[in-house]
Parts: sequence; structure tokens; C-alpha cells
Amino acid sequence: MKPDVAIEDVRLTQMTKTAGCAAKIGPGTLAEVIKNLPKFFDEKLLVGFETSDDAAVYKISDEIAVIQTLDFFTPVVDDPYTFGQIAAANALSDVYAMGGEPKLALNIVAYPNCLGIPVLSEILRGGADKVKEAGASLAGGHSIQDDEPKYGLSVMGIVHPDKILKNKGAKPGDVIIITKPLGSGLINTAVKAGMASGEAMEEVVSNMSALNKTAKEVLEKYPVHACTDVTGFGLAGHVIEMAKASGVTIEVYADKIPVMKDALQYASMGLVPEGAYRNRNYTEKEIDMSSIGENYKDLIFDPQTSGGLMVSIEEKHAGNILKDLEKRLHTKFAIIGRVKVKEAKYMLVR
Amino acid sequence: MSKIVDARGDNCPIPVVKAKKALEETKGAGVIEVWVDNEIASVNVEKFALGMKLKSEVIKISENEYHIIIHNENAGEFPGCEEMYFDKSGTVVVISSDCFGSGDEELGKILMKSYIYALSQRDILPDTLILLNSGVTLSTVNEDIVGDLREMEQKGVEIFSCGTCLEYYKLKDQLKVGSVTNMYAIVQKMDEAGKVINL
Repeated sequence: MKPDVAIEDVRLTQMTKTAGCAAKIGPGTLAEVIKNLPKFFDEKLLVGFETSDDAAVYKISDEIAVIQTLDFFTPVVDDPYTFGQIAAANALSDVYAMGGEPKLALNIVAYPNCLGIPVLSEILRGGADKVKEAGASLAGGHSIQDDEPKYGLSVMGIVHPDKILKNKGAKPGDVIIITKPLGSGLINTAVKAGMASGEAMEEVVSNMSALNKTAKEVLEKYPVHACTDVTGFGLAGHVIEMAKASGVTIEVYADKIPVMKDALQYASMGLVPEGAYRNRNYTEKEIDMSSIGENYKDLIFDPQTSGGLMVSIEEKHAGNILKDLEKRLHTKFAIIGRVKVKEAKYMLVR
Repeated sequence: MSKIVDARGDNCPIPVVKAKKALEETKGAGVIEVWVDNEIASVNVEKFALGMKLKSEVIKISENEYHIIIHNENAGEFPGCEEMYFDKSGTVVVISSDCFGSGDEELGKILMKSYIYALSQRDILPDTLILLNSGVTLSTVNEDIVGDLREMEQKGVEIFSCGTCLEYYKLKDQLKVGSVTNMYAIVQKMDEAGKVINL
């Protein structure tokens, strides 16, 4: 019988075509597919397809609404345990982005039998530890054989119906804050190419495995107007979703965007994931980015794996929020732009 | 002499990896031709060539075949990617006070003036000067030192004053030499320098 692969020898990233959230089906394709589906009308469905929000929300009572979301993807790192942690953090993130608390999670697993049990156990252990960190319970799941490993979670969370954070509601005069730096798609591509620096690899892993729990706990103390998380569609994709849902224009300042180490250099070396180009094709026409360099253009479309939260909030709260985030957050965060009255384009990048 | 790199059927980012390897193997002599089977790969290989400061052109053979021709004019002098992108060089001097050393403040200010003057007279100047905290008084209200800093700026030294510090000391409108910077840029400059001198 063929021996199991030793965990140290496993190179999960070499078994896949695209990594992490860069493996998402492009926004253009998705939009085409979704528009042909039947529409659902249930007055208790508080958040559904229409505003492209992060998760679905269903009202149970006046005090409780249930949040449901799921996310899974191909490995972005070689170490199985770390992959489990990142995939779980990514799936849990959508619950935080809606202002909720995760309670229950189920595993989604696709796995090549040839890799053996120890490696799969490590992936699941990473996921389970992250679910525990979030204060939720892992209660089961489903797996299938697949040549390309994939892992993620289906997550259920709860939120008060009046406290749901939606991605619509940004108001002119608001500032936009993000709670994790950008660049994970670029760095993960460089990792696949064997060209990533040690520091970049460390930074990207620590950012991808960080839960958005702390960020959400800080932000929910303030009257946030809109909230989402920055993931597979890139900063530009999620900014435009927020701008469209809110009927405003969002201006982003390139030099204020926190970026992970060496990510911009990887962009200028052509280590740009396919997902970035798909995102760009879908949203380019809504953006005025004439004054920024090519590598910044690659950065704003770079699909983020397990990215941070992005909120729109009245400027007067910014000082206090930044102080609170400084005290509690371990990831880089910043005010990256402001909301304006709707102009011709939904997004401006200066 | 043209070396053909067939990256058709390869997933991102292998075409760029193969292009890089080919350039290193030929030590940049002559021309390499990278074949890919999708537009995104051709854009990435082109970006890679541009990033290496090499001329390239893309020929579309069909929807599923693109040839990217990369020319290297500096045959024999081809730097590795790591050197171009991760080479740490340059000297950065970080001045985070208007006094040099701790002890008597008046003596400290005199010493700082001497230091800046002596620095400005050297044959080889630092690449960058970063001023922080009370150090920003040196690029604003300290007339003597401003003069020396201006001299260094004219000889090519970048002079940066921390924006937060200028605001704190209410000196934002009185910047007389160099430009305003922020902590991200300061961290980057210090991190990427070959040598950092901290006063």
C-alpha cells in the first residue's frame, strides 16, 4: 500500500491551478448566471442577492436574525494546518462583515485520497482551531474526492435585525476605513512562482489567518453606515459594490492604502493573478484611475484572500476609531478614502 | 539568436517563472521568445519584461497563442531579479530630535548644528535625511540649519519631515526645505536602506 505523504513534504499549492480567492468565478460570469435564477420574495429575508452583500440574513424574531454564508477554496499555502486556519478565517469573515457573531460551522472538503489521512487531519485541525477562536462550534461537514484539494466552511451566525451591517448606506462626507492591508493575491502568486521574500510570506500568512472578530468588535461600537469585507473581487470590486448599493461615489487615495511587503514589486514583475484581470475587466469602466501607476492598478483589483473589513462612517468618529483600532488590532489599517455625492464614475482613485 | 520558451499549457505564474529563468540562463544575451496560450499570461510576461527594464513586443498568433519577444540590450550584464528588487542600498540618516545626545540641552543644540554642518561638507552625502519629533524644527524655524540642509538638498539629498510632527509643533506652513512624509514612507525608507544612521 502506498505510504501517506509526510506532512513536511506536502506542497499543497502545487496541486492547484489558481489559489485562494483568485480561484473565484469572475464577477461578470457570476452576474450572468445569477440573473437567470428565479427571484425570491419572503418578507423575512432581510438580505439576499439584490445588493450583492456578504451573506444571507433571515429574520427569526424581533431580536434575532440568522446569518448564513459559505466559502471554500484551493490552498494558498503549502502547510495544511495553516491552510485550514486561513480558509476558516475567510469563511467566518462574512458573518463579521454583516455585524454578526458566528455560532455554528460545517466543513466543506474536497480532497485527493492519495495525500493520505494525516494531511487532511491537519487541514481540519487548523479549521477547527480557528472556529474555536471565533467562539463558534464546528458540528460536522461533507467531503468528496477531488484531484485538487479544497477546504472551507458553511457558517451560521446571529445578529439583531436592527443591527445588521449592510454594504449599502454609505453617505457623502463619510470616510472609508479598511482593517487589513492589501496584496495577498500578488504575494500568493509570487509564492507559487517561488519568488516571494520570507517577510512577504510571513506577512501574508499572518494577515490571511487573522479573524475579523476584533475589527468588528471595535467598529460595532460606532454608528457605521456601511460595512463589507474585502475579498475575492479586490478593493475596487468591493468599493464599487458599496458605492452602487449606496448610490454614491467613493474616492480612494492610493498612497493611503496599506500594502503588504513587496506586493507592489510583484505586480511590476508580472506576478499578477488571473482573478485580478477578471476583476478589472468587470469593473474598469466604473472607475477613474487615470492618475495612478500600473502597479497600483493591479493592487486595487488584486483578489484578497481572507481580507479585512471595509466600513463607511461619518468623519467625526474617525479619530476615535483609529485610536481603538490601534489598541486592539494586529493588522495594518487606515483611512483610505471618502464618500462623495454620486458622480459619473462610482469610484475615483487618486 | 532567439531562445524559445514554450509556456503554452502552463498555469499562472509559470510563464513568468520560465521567462525569468530563460533570461538568467542566456545571461541576457540576445532575444527570448515566450509562447503562451492566453492573453493574461502575455500581459504578465510583458509586465515582467518592463519591470526588468527590457523592451518587449507581443504578437497575437490566435486567441490561444501569443508570442512575447523580449530584447536585452545589455548582453552579459543581466542582474538577477532579487538584486533589482530586493537590493538594499543607500544611506538614511534619521534625526528625531533637535538635540544631539542627551545631557545639557543647549550643548545638544550646538552639537546638532555642528553635525549637520559637518555632514553637509562631506564628499559622499547620505541619500536621505528623515526628520522626526523636534527634529522638524531643523527644516523649519532653525535658520542656520535650514541653510545647510538646502545645500544638501541641492546636491541631491532627499529631505523628509514627518507630517504628524510638523502638525504637532504647528510648523506645517513653515517648511523651508524638503518635503512632508508619513510614517509608512519612513518605515519603508529605513527598512530598504543599506545603512541607517540614527541620531
